[in-house]
Amino acid sequence: MKLKDARFKIANREALIGVVLVIINFAIWFGFAYGLGSGDPTQYDMIFGFPAWFFYSCIAGTIFMIILIWIAIKVFFKDVPFDDKEEEV
Amino acid sequence: MIHWQVILPLFIFLIIIFAIGFWANKQVRNSDSFLQEYFLGGREMGGFLLAMTMMATYGSASSFIGGPGVSYNLGLGWVLLAMAQLPAGYFVLMILGKKFAIISRRYEAITLIDFLKKRYNSNIVVLISALSIIVFLFASMTAQWVGGARLIESLTGLNYTVALLIFAVTVLVYVIIGGFRAVALTDALQGTIMIIGTVILLVGTIMAGGGIDHIMGSLLNENPQMLSPFGSDGSLTPLYVSTFWILIGLGVIGLPQIAVRAMSYKDSKSLHRAIIIGTIGIGTIMFGMHLIGVLARPVTPGIEIADKVMPTLTLEVLPPVLAGIVLAAPMAAIMSTVNALLMLVSSTVVKDVYLNFINPKATDSQIKARSFWVTTIIGLAVVLFSLNPPELLIMLNLFAFGGLESAFLWAVVFGLYWKKANKYGAISSMIVGLVLYIAIYQLSPNIFGMHSVTIPILASLITFVVASIATQSKSTIDSADF
Repeated sequence: MKLKDARFKIANREALIGVVLVIINFAIWFGFAYGLGSGDPTQYDMIFGFPAWFFYSCIAGTIFMIILIWIAIKVFFKDVPFDDKEEEV
Repeated sequence: MIHWQVILPLFIFLIIIFAIGFWANKQVRNSDSFLQEYFLGGREMGGFLLAMTMMATYGSASSFIGGPGVSYNLGLGWVLLAMAQLPAGYFVLMILGKKFAIISRRYEAITLIDFLKKRYNSNIVVLISALSIIVFLFASMTAQWVGGARLIESLTGLNYTVALLIFAVTVLVYVIIGGFRAVALTDALQGTIMIIGTVILLVGTIMAGGGIDHIMGSLLNENPQMLSPFGSDGSLTPLYVSTFWILIGLGVIGLPQIAVRAMSYKDSKSLHRAIIIGTIGIGTIMFGMHLIGVLARPVTPGIEIADKVMPTLTLEVLPPVLAGIVLAAPMAAIMSTVNALLMLVSSTVVKDVYLNFINPKATDSQIKARSFWVTTIIGLAVVLFSLNPPELLIMLNLFAFGGLESAFLWAVVFGLYWKKANKYGAISSMIVGLVLYIAIYQLSPNIFGMHSVTIPILASLITFVVASIATQSKSTIDSADF
């Protein structure tokens, strides 16, 4: 019987971060799209030529997510060996 | 008419791909562990390669041909829907992540089924999995193959059969001789072409349309709903669009051709890099190609057949050589999906069926010979079916994406993260997911205004949890894996 593997704690935490990120992603995507886009299309505010809902939900939101993912990886993601033999006991 | 300047870049692209195949074949011949090398590329992929092979396998004919065609007709609402694919870039790798990499090495798993077999210790799980992979992916391979041949046919003016043979010979040669390593390396080239092609075409289309302001103005004049998130005909309800997050974002974890990639990379640095590069890549392609479809409407109005939007637009707005490079992108997308499927079906037949049930004591040289033969025969069978695709195959292809997700998603996720998950849970959830998906797809595709994959995924989740808890006394598990 091996001891409980410390690497799995890291893996579980990183999976949870993935879930949190996807919830944030969905909230931004949904909130801007239907929050700003539900009115009359002829009355839309335009940003850089795009309807505001589209700009925030699909363009700014995507760029924001990429930056957030990058930060999450730099700050929270840890390097671990994958092979059992390299494991420190 | 044959446009030689368009064909030349395509031709050069095919030559490079051949060269990669031959180079990878050297690695296969020099490797001391044939199975691991041929089906996983020796688990040596770095971050860029992993990102590209994930992205290229995931992006298929529908991202470059079908998707822009729908955007052309529905407007910005369809681009919104397409952005639900962003999680395929990070969520999949974060969830499977390090746990899958460590466990699959511990189990010495070469295929996704290897992992399921050792995790659940059940031959029934292996049989259901192998059967659904072979049936569904053979069908979707045929569909992609037909798409590739049609594309060559429309670009070159060659007839369908000749186009099919050109496509088939290219793909088969490098996949059969080079294995997974050739697939991953060509995916890197193909993925790069997909990104570059998207950017070139997006810029070209905006220029041809006289700027975003002008294009949006024309769309507003034609039909204001083109600019709304609800689609030109109001058919894209928030609930319906949201359920696509399950089909094309989250559920992607359950696609075996994607999951197998998450056990083939080298170390955790590769994983971290791949998450960032892959998300940027998928974001660029999905956003770019679908937006291009919308912008194409004022630029090249009146296209009746949705699948012709992207090729027609490309030939119209770009000079011939650039058009050739851009049109290599859908070709690359199709090839990189087909090659992954071929590899996966072949590994399922060789490793999961032949080595599990037929001849567990096969020698290394037997395995080697079988692998080459199986890959060749499957490839040729696909070509044969593509000449005149039978109804049944077309139908199975429609089920493939959602069917595989319904079958595998929870078996994989719970297998990794839930100690109490056992074979009874896995078997019952796979069966419930598959049967329910096919039934709903057949009887009432958009049941309750949601995509047909939603209910099967939820039902298989509940089935899994209930069945596993109910049968706890019957199963034991090595707690060292948690």
